[in-house]
Amino acid sequence: MKTDHAGATPEPSGYRRDRELPIHLVRPSMTVPQRIANIWRYRDLLKDLVAKEIKVKYKDSALGFIWSLLNPAMFILIYYIVFQKILKNGIPLFAIYLATGLLAWNLFQSGVLGATGSVVGNSGLVKKVAFPREILALASVGSAFIFFLFQTVVLAIFLIVLRVAPSPRFVWLVPLALLGLLMFACALAVLLSAVNVYLRDMQHLMEILLQAWFWATPIVYPFMELSKQLRAHGLTWLYLANPTTPVALTFQRAFYVQANPLGTNGTIVHILPSYGPMWYLAVLGTIIVLSFIFFLVSVYVFGRLEGNFAEEL
Amino acid sequence: MSTAVEVVSVSKTFRLFQEKYTSLKEKAIHFGKVPHEVFPALTDISFEVQQGVTLGLLGHNGSGKSTLLKCLAGILTPTTGEIRIRGRIAAMLELGAGFHPDLSGRANIYLNAALMGLSRKEVDQRFDAIVEFSELGPFIENQVKFYSSGMYARLGFAVAVNMDPDILLVDEVLAVGDANFQLKCLAKIREFQEEGRTIIFVSHSPDLVRAICSTAFVLDHGRLVGQGPTAEAVALLQKFQLSGSGLNHDPSTEDHRLEAAISRDIHLNSMMVNGVDADRGVELVAMSQVELAIAIEDVASLAGSCHLEVLIYNASGVALIRAHTREMEMEPVLVRGSVEAVVQFGSLPLAVGSYSMQVNLYHPQSGMMIESRRWDNAIMIVGGQKGVGGVIAAEANVFVKEVSSRNFL
Repeated sequence: MKTDHAGATPEPSGYRRDRELPIHLVRPSMTVPQRIANIWRYRDLLKDLVAKEIKVKYKDSALGFIWSLLNPAMFILIYYIVFQKILKNGIPLFAIYLATGLLAWNLFQSGVLGATGSVVGNSGLVKKVAFPREILALASVGSAFIFFLFQTVVLAIFLIVLRVAPSPRFVWLVPLALLGLLMFACALAVLLSAVNVYLRDMQHLMEILLQAWFWATPIVYPFMELSKQLRAHGLTWLYLANPTTPVALTFQRAFYVQANPLGTNGTIVHILPSYGPMWYLAVLGTIIVLSFIFFLVSVYVFGRLEGNFAEEL
Repeated sequence: MSTAVEVVSVSKTFRLFQEKYTSLKEKAIHFGKVPHEVFPALTDISFEVQQGVTLGLLGHNGSGKSTLLKCLAGILTPTTGEIRIRGRIAAMLELGAGFHPDLSGRANIYLNAALMGLSRKEVDQRFDAIVEFSELGPFIENQVKFYSSGMYARLGFAVAVNMDPDILLVDEVLAVGDANFQLKCLAKIREFQEEGRTIIFVSHSPDLVRAICSTAFVLDHGRLVGQGPTAEAVALLQKFQLSGSGLNHDPSTEDHRLEAAISRDIHLNSMMVNGVDADRGVELVAMSQVELAIAIEDVASLAGSCHLEVLIYNASGVALIRAHTREMEMEPVLVRGSVEAVVQFGSLPLAVGSYSMQVNLYHPQSGMMIESRRWDNAIMIVGGQKGVGGVIAAEANVFVKEVSSRNFL
């Protein structure tokens, strides 16, 4: 709720009392554009909060950020053994398939889960300092994004070791998929962080919901397996209505590359849909636009709920 | 001069819950209709603060002064009404709020300043000044969790005052830290005053408000009940405190009126310190006996009475000694014509320096201030024991006691 001074530097010769000062208002309600402008003014705070979360997370640990690589690496190893060696799912290059989907999912999950508890967790700050509180939720998504960047190393290692080149037909869609995913995560993050102040169960509920959500997204199993069965009931659209599904598919199409490869048991396996890049472009564009509208709604709801934060915390 | 803060009919209501239902189950059971009372923390507050003014907000606990300050800072949004703030506002509601214990002092400066709305570039420009003010030196690279509470407070204060605020909001934060730090904070506040910055200061210590503020507002039960020069506002506050705490024995209204009429005729004429007029200033040695002779006159030559309060301030405006006849549970001073009230201090433990004195007369029943007078530099303390000092004086003896003897072979 503060106004930036255009070029307000500390005057070395003391304080001038006659300069023109901007006026700002403290009002019961702020419009959504005002709120977003306010968030933009505090973008340096967003950077500082993200840096803080990363510094604090692996502080005093010998391996530091390598832990954030070991976590998905272990996950991939276990699932590889269970699904490929024990259950014999027959997907070739299963480690890459897992790594691509998991990379996108981890960004979404850790961002949303971290954000849900962010306002309650920072209650000391919320009650004592004035700043746009949405930043707390956005910082959770921001730090999840930084960890995402770390974890791309895991995927890169798999791609190099297993000698797989990203598909030039689809790899350009990855930034769009990322944008859509971040936009959707931010919208959900802002909404849930405010709701959690009033309904503290939200945090535990989200932990369970995200588990179901994880299995509703084609990460461990191939998209075609489930869509085949859903198509019989005409429910493929429902599968694709989950924004994380097209995002995961884009990642898989770009880095896993093959839609219908020869399986480890010698037969063709159907893994990814055979839509062309334009289909992905249309779907991702829709996700970005709808997520942006969702974000605006979330900021509005946040603004309505924010007024009573200090008494609820 | 222009208006720095304009508050237009601001109200803030809180919902008070008997029990807080925050879990889903409880919300579902009560279907969102949680029994609660509406508590008006602030009711229709309107005022203006001119630029360069130091305003004190006075009020007993629960009067709404902190709520008002939080509204001004933008931490709480008012239920109705509007606040216009001209210029950058820095709120010191809690020193070091937002410090992360695991980060270094340096990282916390950046984080804290960013929370207050400074850009990275602006913090870079101020960084050296902040470190210098905080006196942390090389410790700035240490994690904040290893800081003492004094270091913590110094760093928090340093960040806030170096934001170059046009308006500074201060809430009781000067109560923390050692005497040196408090002096430094007060000096900084005085510097801000001289530079013409606006300061809004909340305290329930009338002494501190008197030392800093030129004007003050009094809040009671969320309403603005009075405003004016600090001395008057403090008197009003004491009246409200009295009526609230039941010290007032509820005399008949007639008595009350009579007392009020009489007390208006009571005047404080002069004060002698150890036989010397306080206007001239007295030189004393530390730990010496002091006798004050306060000449009070009832000009209507009726038998009036009043309570008497004596305050001794040090150079930085801190009330070191305060004696109040009402709080000493004494009878009011009877004033028949001209009297001399004598106040004796057995030995005054004042360190070397100059001290100001203030005498206040209060109406015995209502607690309303009748008269207040201040003598700047009334006492100069010289001498005292060499090498023993600080804010107050003491007698120090140092000797060695043998606890156990050991044979050195």
